[in-house]
Amino acid sequence: MAEAHTEYEHPLMKGYREQLGFGFPQVAQVFEDCMAEALSALSREGIDAYLEYARFLCKMGRGAEPVLIFLEEWPSVATTLGESALPALKAFIHKMYKSPNGKAIVPFLQSLAATARRLHSQEQMQDYMDLTLDFMGRTTGSIHGIHTTFASPGLPEFFQQTPFLLSQVSIAGLKNWVEYGIRNYHDHPDRQRDYFSLQSADSRAMMQRERSGTLLFDNERKLDMYLRGLWNVSDHFVPYSLKFDELRKPIPYYDKLGIRLPDVFDDRNGVTGIDRYRAVLAHVVGHKRWTTAIFADNMSPFQRMSAEFLEDSRVEYLAMRQYPGLRRIFLALHPVPAEDACDPEQESAVRHRLAMLSRAILDANHPYQNPDIIEFAQRFHALMEQSESSTQEMADLAVAFGARTRRQSDQLPKIHFQDTEIDYRDDNRQMWKFIEEGDEEEAFDQNRKVELEEEIKGLPPRHYPEWDYNSQTYRPDWASVYEALHPKGNAADIDRLLDKHSALAKRLKRMLDLLKPQDKVRIRYQEEGSELDLDVALRSLIDFKGGATPDPRINMSHKTSGRNIAVMLLLDLSESLNESVFAGMGGKPPNSQKVAGSSQTILELSQEAVSLLAWAVDKLGDPFAIGGFHSDTRHDVRYLHIKGYSEQWNDEVKGRLAAMKAAYSTRMGAAMRHGAHYLENQKAEKKLMLILTDGEPSDVDTNDERLLIEDTRQAVKELDTKGIYTYCISLDPKADEYVRDIFGKQYTVIDNIQRLPERLPELFMALTK
Amino acid sequence: MSNKDQYKVHKEPFYQAQGKEVALYEAAYAARLPVMVKGPTGCGKSRFVEYMAWKLGKPLITVACNEDMTASDLVGRYLLDANGTRWLDGPLTTAARIGAICYLDEIVEARQDTTVVIHPLTDHRRTLPLDKKGELLEAHPDFQLVISYNPGYQNLMKDLKQSTKQRFTAFDFDYPGVKLETGIVAKETGTDEEMAAKLVKIGTTARNLKGHGLDEGISTRLLVYAATLIKGGVEPRDACRMALVRPITDDADIRETLDHAIDATFD
Ligand SMILES: Nc1ncnc2c1ncn2[C@@H]1O[C@H](COP(=O)(O)OP(=O)(O)O)[C@@H](O)[C@H]1O
Ligand SMILES: [Mg+2]
Repeated sequence: MAEAHTEYEHPLMKGYREQLGFGFPQVAQVFEDCMAEALSALSREGIDAYLEYARFLCKMGRGAEPVLIFLEEWPSVATTLGESALPALKAFIHKMYKSPNGKAIVPFLQSLAATARRLHSQEQMQDYMDLTLDFMGRTTGSIHGIHTTFASPGLPEFFQQTPFLLSQVSIAGLKNWVEYGIRNYHDHPDRQRDYFSLQSADSRAMMQRERSGTLLFDNERKLDMYLRGLWNVSDHFVPYSLKFDELRKPIPYYDKLGIRLPDVFDDRNGVTGIDRYRAVLAHVVGHKRWTTAIFADNMSPFQRMSAEFLEDSRVEYLAMRQYPGLRRIFLALHPVPAEDACDPEQESAVRHRLAMLSRAILDANHPYQNPDIIEFAQRFHALMEQSESSTQEMADLAVAFGARTRRQSDQLPKIHFQDTEIDYRDDNRQMWKFIEEGDEEEAFDQNRKVELEEEIKGLPPRHYPEWDYNSQTYRPDWASVYEALHPKGNAADIDRLLDKHSALAKRLKRMLDLLKPQDKVRIRYQEEGSELDLDVALRSLIDFKGGATPDPRINMSHKTSGRNIAVMLLLDLSESLNESVFAGMGGKPPNSQKVAGSSQTILELSQEAVSLLAWAVDKLGDPFAIGGFHSDTRHDVRYLHIKGYSEQWNDEVKGRLAAMKAAYSTRMGAAMRHGAHYLENQKAEKKLMLILTDGEPSDVDTNDERLLIEDTRQAVKELDTKGIYTYCISLDPKADEYVRDIFGKQYTVIDNIQRLPERLPELFMALTK
Repeated sequence: MSNKDQYKVHKEPFYQAQGKEVALYEAAYAARLPVMVKGPTGCGKSRFVEYMAWKLGKPLITVACNEDMTASDLVGRYLLDANGTRWLDGPLTTAARIGAICYLDEIVEARQDTTVVIHPLTDHRRTLPLDKKGELLEAHPDFQLVISYNPGYQNLMKDLKQSTKQRFTAFDFDYPGVKLETGIVAKETGTDEEMAAKLVKIGTTARNLKGHGLDEGISTRLLVYAATLIKGGVEPRDACRMALVRPITDDADIRETLDHAIDATFD
């Protein structure tokens, strides 16, 4: 791609180049690659902001490096954090620029993408930048009191270590670790450098200390399984940090974007960190299942707070009805406020009373004497015993409790807080609705991404029918499939990928050898065969002479090559492959490009996986073809030929794989039908079509989500009658809702995408052994 | 006659119907149509066939298929004895002669060149050629062929041939719903309904994880095992770990999740 612009440059690209202004020659070289990535990741405004800031960095007087790194890194940072993270970032860099720490800008930018992936929300990114500014302020120029002339010695080292540090500790842990370093070494430049580059022993020891606790990041898969397995739901998890917002301690909540959880939980009262996460999730699921929002308008703030306490108790009660073992966890985590802890003459006792009530409801052995607490705990249980009760009933009970226990001093500004916070509960924002409230659906960003037109037209289209489930009929000749050769890239890239996985390849090789057809296999214990099996014959004879019944299976025969399978691998090359999933935890946040915890996109991982699979199938000698597909309405379904049955696994094919790119939508049924007509003509006993995809069938001209799902399901049936076995490998952790509908049992969801390169060939082998 | 008797199902097996399968099977039998029972391991396929044989009062000959099985193992072979050779019918032949229901369990385990011998028995001819013996056996009017098959294997090589599939009427079995399964576990083992419900709950947890690292969930059979252990005095959590979790997975995350489900289910 880089060499392409020397002769001819697309006018659009030329425009962008002008927008950036004259640059450094190194920048000119990579500009087009960067733009390609940026165009697929950023909105139109995002592109403008991107170029404008790059232009500024050019003129900053720190050479080409900052611009280069920014151009390369920002698109992927923007996909992780969102484009709107740019202003804060600019402000931050500007502060470094204005200080003697300009040299630290490059290491900062260099680690930015990896750091952003670790933090993966703008809030946490802000925490990180605040922490860094504090660090900078306290280590810059403080040596011997000379005012801000020296750059912070530790800062550049620190930036180099942040991605690693954040893989070990939470952002709160990082803050403590930095704090220690500053406090002890702010005026020892050498030791400061050692500390922040993780060279010194105490630096590493401090890090280990901060490692305690259960990180959300490490446990997403387990928690995802918890939701799916025990509650049969799934959702996204979004972390927040507890240590940064000391004033307004954030508490869990959930909304359309997911469930917000602290990034780390320490063990507490015999409850492990992971069980504390589970407790929060059980509580949240409880609300989602059993809470119906009620009007807040005609209730006072106290009444609302009381209703929330009781509703929390209710959903937990119902959750414990499902899983009684939850009680142990809740009991251990729920505070037990001492009955006399609060002096109602001096402070407001509202929260204190409610926390006691909540405890009394949960804990049959509660210590309280107060007759109102006891009575209302009983009334709660009486309501629950009959049914599930309701949010409204809890609100009514709350009002009655308030009326009974109200005191003048409730209005005192000083509120008794001690032992009244129940930190596995959410903030209950979903419990309320307001009469005056309009539907504030977030305005959808209508900005469609700028697309680079690819020129792939060639053969005339083939037309395929599409299944319309509404009328239960086919729409004849509905989808037009254009087939073209996949453009070629550099075959050596694929060899490099294979090299990188040489250890895995070795392991696969061993498995392959087991599968590989020996030229001749001996089959023993045959009644009829081509040769006498002497061992068995002798044994039979001895049995016979001895009067026992001899085994008549005394022959053996030979069989050649047990495998007779033709395989087709169909790759979904739609746009979504550029987006990504947070490791192990579901879903596609709207902006995120690289697979968390690694520097790879799904596309790159698929490339590796497909290369390994192709290599493996080639070793086995099964006839094998690869095609890719995407679509832009039914009039333009593209089928990209990557490897044909008659082609060898050679540089030509590797080159095409190396150039794999993702764009447009997923009209899967049409692509499958097209792929099938090649597979059908293979002379093999078994025919297998593998489909590697990361999302559901969809296209821009189809609003009815079910339509293409149903059509694909129909395509699976058609292929089945043609003797083609289809099998889907989905990378969408949320695929269950549709993938089973389409492929029945013939699918696997790979939650942990980073393992795709080993899983794909393994799956293939398991399917065909 | 006594030969026939030996294959009779004498005592009524406990079978909990999931839907209309009993009546539908009776209709298939009345027309002597071959039947295929599909479904995951341990969901009650074999039990169903056994029950139907009892209900219809027909002998039942069950063959557990395996990879080493040859056509002769099904059809029969000559044996050598002191007086020369003697023909011995295989189970399929016996069933066709005496008018039994022949149940080929887990048919895909057998090699495909073995399974083709059933083809002539499945069409209108209802015959079985015994080539070596030079006999063309006409199936007894009561004879019926039943196969079971687990489509969840997800192995292309073990999938049934389309040409074989097309010869059968089919029942699609799955694990029963919560209420039915609870009843099954309780009745089968004599544990109380409450305990059975807890076991089923843990079973459901595993089934929800299917496709996310689990190929198959916990079967009804395993639930029955767990209940049996508990009935025998084993501590419920231990019984569950041993009978429900350890057999089905080596994935640490899944194991931990299921172990937690066990702890959450028992208080
Ligand atoms: N519908 C049912 N009625 C009674 N018992 C059942 C039922 N389904 C499953 N079982 C129990 O599960 C066990 C396994 O069932 P089985 O028929 O052997 O499974 P399959 O043949 O599908 O592998 C049986 O022994 C029985 O205890
Ligand atoms: Mg709540």
